[in-house]
Amino acid sequence: MARKETSATHFWQGNEACAEAAIAAGCRFFAGYPITPASEIFEHLALRLPQVGGITIQMEDEMASLGAVIGASWTGAKAMTATSGPGFSLMQELMGYAFMTETPCVVVDVQRAGPSTGQATKTGQGDVMQARWGTHGDYNSIALSPNSVQEMFELTIRAFNLSETYRTPVVLLADEIVAHMREQAVIPPPSQIKILNRKKPKPTDKEFFNGEDIAPMPLIGEGYNVPVTGSTHNEHGYRFTADRAVHDKLVKNLIGKIRNNAEKIVDYESYNIDGCDVGVVSFGCTSRAIYETVELAKKKDFTVGSVRLKTIWPFPGETVRKLAENVKLIVVPELNMREVFYEVERVVHGAVPVVPINKIGGGEMITPEELLTEIARSVKKVD
Amino acid sequence: MTEAFNVRNYLRDIRFPFCTGCGCLTVISHFLRAVHELGHKDLGKFVFCSGIGCAAWIPSPHFEADSIHTAHGRSIPVATGIKLMRPDLNVVVFGGDGDIAGIGLSHLVHAARRNLNIMVVMINNMIYGMTGGQVAPTTPLGTKTTTTPYGSFEHPLDVPSLVVTAGASYAARWTTTHGEQLKEAMKKGLTTTGLAFVEAVSPCPTAFGRRAGFKNVAEIVRWFRENSVPLEEAEKMAAEDLVKKIVVGEYVYRKIPTFTEALYRTIREAEKSAKTK
Repeated sequence: MARKETSATHFWQGNEACAEAAIAAGCRFFAGYPITPASEIFEHLALRLPQVGGITIQMEDEMASLGAVIGASWTGAKAMTATSGPGFSLMQELMGYAFMTETPCVVVDVQRAGPSTGQATKTGQGDVMQARWGTHGDYNSIALSPNSVQEMFELTIRAFNLSETYRTPVVLLADEIVAHMREQAVIPPPSQIKILNRKKPKPTDKEFFNGEDIAPMPLIGEGYNVPVTGSTHNEHGYRFTADRAVHDKLVKNLIGKIRNNAEKIVDYESYNIDGCDVGVVSFGCTSRAIYETVELAKKKDFTVGSVRLKTIWPFPGETVRKLAENVKLIVVPELNMREVFYEVERVVHGAVPVVPINKIGGGEMITPEELLTEIARSVKKVD
Repeated sequence: MTEAFNVRNYLRDIRFPFCTGCGCLTVISHFLRAVHELGHKDLGKFVFCSGIGCAAWIPSPHFEADSIHTAHGRSIPVATGIKLMRPDLNVVVFGGDGDIAGIGLSHLVHAARRNLNIMVVMINNMIYGMTGGQVAPTTPLGTKTTTTPYGSFEHPLDVPSLVVTAGASYAARWTTTHGEQLKEAMKKGLTTTGLAFVEAVSPCPTAFGRRAGFKNVAEIVRWFRENSVPLEEAEKMAAEDLVKKIVVGEYVYRKIPTFTEALYRTIREAEKSAKTK
């Protein structure tokens, strides 16, 4: 199949951009299960990965998909799966396993309207908390939120880089709108794309888990004879299923490696926030309405600025807290029944009112006009 | 064979967690002998995957090898990812009947359908042992367990027949009292191209025997011996006469193309055509 060079200007679908980004990031293994609205990622990779020597396999369900991805990752492959809410729910058992065993992998969740089967073809943003707290026990998550086709490319690359750097599963929390729309994506030459790879052990190394820093990752089949387990384990991988201290150290270190590096992981975009009256905190497809809202507000007697979250987890708490110091009011529009809202309310801690704007179902977005109306109403209340 | 068999070549110096009388130790012994007789001086060319349950502790972390101890039932998917990326390694899955034929059954069926080149050893103790003796998909009809205190009225699953139907290259069932046959089955399994399934019916005096009415492991072993029926004889018997019998033997041994062969051929072709266009 003749194809255009990846480094060019494309008119791509979001899912296609995600798939091409995976290849550019070095992904050579994809296992998945069909689901709307994520299937195009798999379909595109099924065609493209073999061309670069990579493997795709359709597994029997989503547990098996993430299982195969984890197995491939331990052989040294950069590996990915893509799904939507129902499949992401099934993957939660192995999300915990990947976190506990420090297995780098990327899980794309193209959100749709839930719960359950919900509206399979319609967009939603109801998986924010599933991406944070979906598996059982104490853990920490990294989840990125793209709002354009360009960012489907850029944040997929970043998801792989973060996953390799911190040896942890990373969620690309996309949504149906961003995944299915087509727009321009400008892809730089490979030399301008920053690619990070996991730290490998020296032949004499014996500690592969649970380090204060991120431990080097041995590959299976290279003679390290590494025992990998989802049970509580020490630095060598040996199980300690009853020792309080070992569990305490392991889980605190695993959480710590993300929490302590949150400043480096957190990413956001500020727009028009200097001296604005109202701060909008948004993410994903919903954030696409912000720019026009800011313009529309210029005809009103208040000004609007925006903080757009590109990382949802770890939550950019410091950024939102600073925003609260400079505005009278924060609004949080999202296509769910309040998820990021509670997080904003938590970090703002009563400094200014936080107003939720929620819409669900039918694939409808919050329009700039609706957003402006809600903001105007809230401003009136505050004044 | 020049060197004598020595388990120390294959095992870490860690105490096994198994109860007295547990069949897992017998399975380990036969597996390692099979490995030795095939000429492997160590387990350097092996990767082991297991799930949750007593049998999942066989390789992890006791074998001196890479081992991935996964979530309950997910050993075969993880083994799939490994085998596809590293077809040169011997990928062996150990698991109990609950892990392989209960929660993980669909993965076994699909691995057999793909004829993935791995060996799956299912240690069938007919019970959920680690959790204290609940009914399993393999528990014989009428058996009392903690969750079937009036006796189980579900029919046990014939797993080797299932994997034959699904498309595996090799399938066999033996009990731990059939030491030589079990070892030979594992040797065949390890050298078969395609999915090899070996079921080892294994005594669990603690969780199965105690509740099912066996006084000690010797009684379970005697029951295995007295109730084992060779496959050729079983084929001539009526279904009702086979209730509570253990059918033993080789269910299938055939050469059919494996998944990894087809996959790598496709990749080579796709790479070539992408380069030429």
